Amino acid sequence: MGKGSEIKLIGTPPSPYVNRVQIVLNLKSIDYEFVEENLACKSELLLTSNPVYKKVPVLIHANNPPIPESLIIIEYLDEIYSDVHPILPSGPLARADNRFWANYMDTKFFPLFEELRKTPGKEGKKAIMKQIIEGSQLLEEAFVKFSDGKPYFGGDDVGYLDVVLGCFLGWTKFVEKHNEFKIFDEARTPKLLEWTNRIWSHEALKDVIPESETLMNFYMILMKYRP
Amino acid sequence: MGEVKLFRTWSSPYALRIVWALKLKGIVYETIYEDLANKSSLLLEYNPVHKKVPVLLHNGTPICESLVILEYIDETWNTTARFLPEDPLARATARFWAKFNDDRVVTSIFRAYVTQGAEQEEAIGPALENLDIVEKQLIGKNFFSGESFGFLDLVFGWIAKYLGIFEETGGIKLIDEDRFPLILAWKDKFCDIPVIKESWPDQEKLITKFQLMREHFISTAAGSS
Repeated sequence: MGKGSEIKLIGTPPSPYVNRVQIVLNLKSIDYEFVEENLACKSELLLTSNPVYKKVPVLIHANNPPIPESLIIIEYLDEIYSDVHPILPSGPLARADNRFWANYMDTKFFPLFEELRKTPGKEGKKAIMKQIIEGSQLLEEAFVKFSDGKPYFGGDDVGYLDVVLGCFLGWTKFVEKHNEFKIFDEARTPKLLEWTNRIWSHEALKDVIPESETLMNFYMILMKYRP
Repeated sequence: MGEVKLFRTWSSPYALRIVWALKLKGIVYETIYEDLANKSSLLLEYNPVHKKVPVLLHNGTPICESLVILEYIDETWNTTARFLPEDPLARATARFWAKFNDDRVVTSIFRAYVTQGAEQEEAIGPALENLDIVEKQLIGKNFFSGESFGFLDLVFGWIAKYLGIFEETGGIKLIDEDRFPLILAWKDKFCDIPVIKESWPDQEKLITKFQLMREHFISTAAGSS
């Protein structure tokens, strides 16, 4: 259990990418120090740890060079703590499949949320909501394939895609309420809807995904500083 | 190790990464050329999400996205020289620079190549800044992957040919020998590798194609403004 505060995670609580790493650290029972960053006034530590992107999360493991980018951090943690709760499967094809869908989520699905926020006007927003719904249907198919009748993408327990998608559930709930539409629903994405309820209460996610109020505050800040 | 097929276009630098990887590992494979203006039903079946090349088909199962395919090849044909390093930290670092190349370097250089006038001038700054970062990655190294070439060289490899093509067709000069001596030195070493040397698509055909592509982007942009 744990390895002391050999691990530091630089992040902000409302960031789903930071939450991803926290969830994996929880799943692997790794103790860590959370270094909270103020994104309006980035610290010297963050700027020197991630000079290229200047973004969170960044993982610092002992005296090693820092590692940015949530998916890269997750694979790193999975490799060095391979004996506890493996996140990625071991077979090359299953790994490729998992990595493909994580890439889809990060490059196609999640950016739609930021686009939705920034798009003014009802018609524009409607068009993006439609794309989000189409995306959710692709994810439903992916879930059915990966879970193969079991409760999670990872099978019997939480795996890579459960973490990669699950970290966004605070935001998907927020966006659904704020824009008055359903991303996951019984008619179109029944399995994924069940999964969202199941994973929402999973131990490793429970205290990580922020409350709606925190997300609302962060949303207002984004609207003000990055319209 | 089973039947291997590669769906590619003759010109795609992303597909070329996979050609290099397959040849370096000595993997026998069949090439299926796609015309992206007229995608085959097979391509749409194997990559329904993105409908893009390259797609690797191994024993009838498709794998998509060039970086995902590279890692798949490395993990599956793992008795020959590995592309990625063994050490987890070195692997994380390699993956980070691969992402940087695909997210920032390619997109910023592409933008400078498909624009003109003030828009192009504006695009050159970020392209050069990203290349400065790339240049730094070669300090003290023979190749991007270190002493010998590997994963990162396959990722950055497009620079050795396509950057020159973008410069020529885009009417821009990015790689100057005072600012980027290491990239130029790397380019010579990389291009000397037999598998790389023999795999480049025809230079003249590439120039024609990317000239047309630039014209298409410019006229589309003009049409929509």
